[in-house]
Amino acid sequence: MNINATLIGQMITFALLVVFTMKYVWPPIMQAMHDRQKRIAEGLASAERGVHEQELAKAKAAEMLKESKQQAAEIITQAQKRAAEIVEQSKLEAQAEGTRQLHAAQAEIELEFNRAREQLRGQVVNIAVAGAGKVLKREIDAQAHAKLLDDLVSQL
Amino acid sequence: MSAGAGPHSASEYIIHHLHPLAVGEGFWTLHLDTMFFSLALGVLFLWLFRKAAINATSGVPGPLQNFCEILVEFVDGQVKDSFHGHNPVIAPLALTIFVWVFLWNTMDLLPVDLLPAIGQLIGIPYLRVVPSTDLNSTFGLSISVLCLIYYYSIKVKGGGGFAHEVLGHPFGIKAAPANLLLRIVEDLAKPISLALRLFGNLYAGELIFILIALLPWWVQPLLGWPWAVFHILVITLQAFIFMTLTIVYLSMAHEDH
Repeated sequence: MNINATLIGQMITFALLVVFTMKYVWPPIMQAMHDRQKRIAEGLASAERGVHEQELAKAKAAEMLKESKQQAAEIITQAQKRAAEIVEQSKLEAQAEGTRQLHAAQAEIELEFNRAREQLRGQVVNIAVAGAGKVLKREIDAQAHAKLLDDLVSQL
Repeated sequence: MSAGAGPHSASEYIIHHLHPLAVGEGFWTLHLDTMFFSLALGVLFLWLFRKAAINATSGVPGPLQNFCEILVEFVDGQVKDSFHGHNPVIAPLALTIFVWVFLWNTMDLLPVDLLPAIGQLIGIPYLRVVPSTDLNSTFGLSISVLCLIYYYSIKVKGGGGFAHEVLGHPFGIKAAPANLLLRIVEDLAKPISLALRLFGNLYAGELIFILIALLPWWVQPLLGWPWAVFHILVITLQAFIFMTLTIVYLSMAHEDH
């Protein structure tokens, strides 16, 4: 067991190995590991961000839903109110129309009644004259007795 | 291969297994097996991790990238725990030490005769396959670490600051010689303890595997299996200790008193 030139040879080999490791082995592996670390950290952060954003979106959606429900309720209320108004108005109009038609009919009836009475009156006069003529057995001079007849008519 | 099929006696078998494949004379001897296996394992490590690094994606990682990322993250965590400054060298250095030493040690789990037997078939007389059972390897690492400790000590504190630390601690500047002596002992202890701890554990482990291989064939699995299972812990632990101590020593080098 003696120390000899192998020692120097081993030292040179060792130096070469270390230099190679330092230049070509260590940096790429460390780089890859650091990059992966960074990517994983970024991935975790973005996942967290995603969860947060999802929560926000959920809250927003709930709010929007609530708002639209409220709007719908408002619209329905308004429509109901409007419908009630329309019905009410129609009722009033119908009542007015009914009243008007009733009045018109009453007026018509009155008119007809009056006309019929006039007609009837005329006929009664004629009948009365004819009756009276028959009673008196002579011709009544219509012209001579016109005043008398008119008085009679007005008494009917 | 049992004891009888190779070299003739048990001690010859052991010596044969612990003999390095060497070329050169004196100090300029080169252990070809140690160099070859450590380099091959280093290339395996770099190839594997470079492949993962090229295809590294920040999306869903594949199995290889996952495996490499686990190791990288583990080492990065260790560095961040002990080292509080900013230095782009420390973490890759620690990763290299951990994986490389782990791969060295893992060679110990191969059957002790497998590769040497193949080597003998193709004409290689000696083959020691575990680089960490070669003191040159472990000292190569620990001395490199010591050099880095000095480099960063002087870089961070400046020449004057470093000299002040060496001469002024722990007893104050008046006891400079004592401080210097302590410092020398301390700085000698660091690489020696680092290197010998790793070497001792793996050398002893390998030796016990060799001894088990000398037993009758039916005893070998009974002892070899538990020892191998225990060794899984040892090889990982030794790689981890070497890495952690390196980080701690370098962290101390960065601390300004």
